[in-house]
Amino acid sequence: MSTYFSRMGDGSAIEVTAEEIKADLIEGSEDAADRGNIPPLSKEEYQHLLDIFTTRAKFVSVEPGNEVILTYDAGTLKIRRVGVNADRTLALQIYEKLLGADTMELSHVDYSYKPVKAIVGFEQPVLEQALLSTHVPLFYGAQPNLGLYSQPDGPFPNPAELLPKGDIKGAQASYEASVEDLVQDIVYIAECMIESGADGINLDTTGAAGDADFQASLLAAEQIRAKYPEACIELGMAGEFVLGMHSELTYQGERLAGMYPHRQVKMAEAAGASIFGPVANTNTSRSAAWNLARTATFMKACCEAASIPVHPNMGMGVGGVTVNDHPPVDIVSRSSKAMTEICRLDGL
Amino acid sequence: MGMAITHAIASGMGGMRAAGDLVARMQIARGMKIDEAKAHVAGKLKCSVSDLTDPILMNEARDELGLGLLHPYGGSPKCMEAKFNIAELLEIDVNCVQRFRSHLSASNL
Amino acid sequence: MASIQTRFGDGSPVTMSRGELRQDLEEGTADAAERGSVAPLTEDDLRRLEDIFASPHRFLGVEPGREIVLSYDGTPLKMKRAQVNVDRLQSLQIYEKLMGADTLEMGHVDYSFKPVKPIVTFEQPLMEQVLSVTTAPVFYGAMPNLGLYSQPDGPFPNPAELMPRGQIKEAQESYEAAVEEAVKDIVYVCGALYESGADAIILDTVGAAGDADVLAGLKATEILTEKYPGICVELGMASEFILGMHSGLSYKGVRLAGLYPHDQLKLAQQAGARIFGPVCNTNSGKSTPWNLSRAITFMKACCEEADIPIHVNMGMGVGAMTVHDHPPLDVASRASKAMVEICRLDGL
Repeated sequence: MSTYFSRMGDGSAIEVTAEEIKADLIEGSEDAADRGNIPPLSKEEYQHLLDIFTTRAKFVSVEPGNEVILTYDAGTLKIRRVGVNADRTLALQIYEKLLGADTMELSHVDYSYKPVKAIVGFEQPVLEQALLSTHVPLFYGAQPNLGLYSQPDGPFPNPAELLPKGDIKGAQASYEASVEDLVQDIVYIAECMIESGADGINLDTTGAAGDADFQASLLAAEQIRAKYPEACIELGMAGEFVLGMHSELTYQGERLAGMYPHRQVKMAEAAGASIFGPVANTNTSRSAAWNLARTATFMKACCEAASIPVHPNMGMGVGGVTVNDHPPVDIVSRSSKAMTEICRLDGL
Repeated sequence: MGMAITHAIASGMGGMRAAGDLVARMQIARGMKIDEAKAHVAGKLKCSVSDLTDPILMNEARDELGLGLLHPYGGSPKCMEAKFNIAELLEIDVNCVQRFRSHLSASNL
Repeated sequence: MASIQTRFGDGSPVTMSRGELRQDLEEGTADAAERGSVAPLTEDDLRRLEDIFASPHRFLGVEPGREIVLSYDGTPLKMKRAQVNVDRLQSLQIYEKLMGADTLEMGHVDYSFKPVKPIVTFEQPLMEQVLSVTTAPVFYGAMPNLGLYSQPDGPFPNPAELMPRGQIKEAQESYEAAVEEAVKDIVYVCGALYESGADAIILDTVGAAGDADVLAGLKATEILTEKYPGICVELGMASEFILGMHSGLSYKGVRLAGLYPHDQLKLAQQAGARIFGPVCNTNSGKSTPWNLSRAITFMKACCEEADIPIHVNMGMGVGAMTVHDHPPLDVASRASKAMVEICRLDGL
C-alpha cells in the first residue's frame, strides 16, 4: 500500500497511508465537535483534506480567486528575533515590499501593553514616520498580558500563589483589580496610537492569562470603540478555550470561562471588534491530519457564526501549524490552503 | 519569517505586489467580509475579482491610479501620497491621511 | 571693560561684567564647599575659569595632551529620541565610526533593568552581534529605577502614598523590599549581558529614587564583581546628593542619605565599581559661571579622593550643562574644558 509523507504536531516526519490519514481526519474533527458542541466536517470536506494530504507536491496553494488577506502579530518583532538588524520602519518596508504583506503591525519588543505605557512617547513618532513611508494598512499591536499585573512584576497579589493556598476569593479579587489597570493601559496606548494615525489596533494573544485577560480585552475594545467609532480593532486569541482562572467572570451576561471560538467571536463582536482572530492549538503528539481537521472544525463553526471578518491564527503551534520555530513549508502550505478553502476565511 | 512567506504564497493576496493592501483596507475601514471586500476593490479598479492577485494587471492599475508601486520610479506617487489616492478611490477614511490633512494649513488644502 | 557673553542654567543668554563673573565664580564654589564640606577652588582655579569665560571664542577645547576618554549613557536611546531610524547596531557603528566614540553603550528603550528582564534573550544576541562588528569597548547600561517596583507599576506599596499618611515604617519596608527585587533584576540582566561578552556594565542614574536606589546599585555591583571578578562596572549617579527617601539605610556602616560625590565615591569603590560617574546638578536660575564653579568644586574633591577612574556626568542639566535638550556649544565646550583641566578627570 502506498504511503504519504506527513508530520506529527511537533514537526517530526512520518509516513502514513491514505486510510490512516482519513482515520485521523475523522478523529480530529470529532474531537473538536465533541469539545465545542459544533458539527464535525462533512464527507466532502474530509475528502478535500484527504486530497490535500495525499498530494505528492511539497508545496500546495489555494485555487486562484480564493486568496485571502494576511494580518500579522508581532510583525516587527520577528525580524528582530531572527537577528536581522533592521530598524522597525525598515522592517515594515521589508514586509511590505519584499514579502508582499497585505497589512503590517508595529510593535514593541516586549509585545505587551504595560511596558509600552512608559515609552509610548517613543512609539508614536516611529508609527508616524512609518505611516509616511509605507502603503499597507498599519496596525499597532501588543498583548494584554495580564500576568504583568501580579507580583513580583505588578502591583497585585499573585493568584498563582493564592490559589494553591485555597485563597480563592483573594485570587479572584486580584484578577479583578488587574483587569481594571490593564484596561486603562490598553485604552491609553490605543488612544495614543490612533491619534498618531494607526490604521488599526491589534489586541493579540488575548486570554493568555485566562478569563480575566479576555474580559479586560473585551472591555478595552468596548472603550476604544466608544471613543473612536471608525477605528479598526483586531482581537486575536491566545488559545482555543478560555481558561477559567477566575472562573466567574462574565461579559454582557455571558460567562467567559470555557468558551470556544464560535462563542468567543460573538463576545468580540459585542465589544465592537472589527476583526476576530480565533485559535486552535496544535497537539504535538498527534498527526498533522488530526490537528488540521480539528482546527478546521473549530474555525468553520467560528466563521459561520461571525458577522465580522475572521483571521484565524496560523503561527507556530496553532491552526494546524507544527510546534517549532521554523514550521516546514509542506505542512504550513497544506494548513493554509485547507483552512482558507474549507472555512471560507476572510484572512489569516 | 519562513512561515509568513509560506502563507503569503500559499493563500495570501500579495499585498502591494497586487491589491492585497486595498482589500485589507476595506476590512479595516468597513469591516467587510472577504468576498465583499474583494468585490468592492474590483469594482473600483474596474477589474474582475480574480485579477486582484495578478501582479501584472495590478501593477498597471496601481500605476495608472497612483496607488503606490512595489518598484516606484521618480515622480510616481509613493507612500503617503499613494494613501491619499487609495482613500479617494476606495471612498474610505484612512486615519493617517485624515490626520496629515488636518495638520496642513488651510492654504495648503 | 569688555562684557562677557554667557548663559543661565536654563540656557538663556546673559551678559555680565568681569566683576560679576568673578563674583558668581566665588559664590558657586563657596556654595559647594559649604554643602559638601569640601575645599573651595583655589585662586589659580578661579583665574583659569575667568579666562575660560572671558575667551571671545564660541567653542573652546582642552590643551593637546589633556584629552580624556568618553563613556556614554543611553546611547542608542538618543538616536531613537531624535527619530533617526537606525537599528541599535548601526547606531553604535555611527557612534564609533562617524562620531569617534571611545566607548559604546547598548541599552533598551526604557533604559531600566526591570523591563529588560523579560526580553533579555532579545538583548543578548544583539549584544553578541554588536561585539562582532565593532572595535570600541561595548557597555550594557540601564538604570536601577527603583520607582518601577512600587505600585501601580510594581509589587510593593507606594512609599509616596504611605509617607503623607505618616506610615513611615511601612514606607521604609517597601523601599527595603524593592531593593531586594531590584538587585536581583540588575544582577540577572547584567550577568546575562556580561556572559554574552559585554565589555562592561553601566548602572546609570543611580540614586534617582533616593538612598534605597543607591543601596540597590551598590549591592548589585558587589554581587556582580564577586561573581565575575574581571567585570568592569561603571556606577553613574543621578544627582549630587543622595536623597534620604528611606533615611535609615547604610552600606558598609555608612549612612547613605546626604552623601556628596566624594563620599559616594568611597562606597562605589568598596562595592567594587571600576569607574565612578559623579553628578552635580545645574541650577537653572543661576549663571553658568556659578554652576560650573560649583560643579568643579564637588568634582575636584571627588577626583582627589578617587583610586578608580572618574567619568563626570556632563549631560543635559548636570556638570554645569544647561537644562535644555540641545545644550549650546559655547557653554558645553567651556564646561568640558574647565572640568577636564581643573579636576584632572579620567573621562566624561
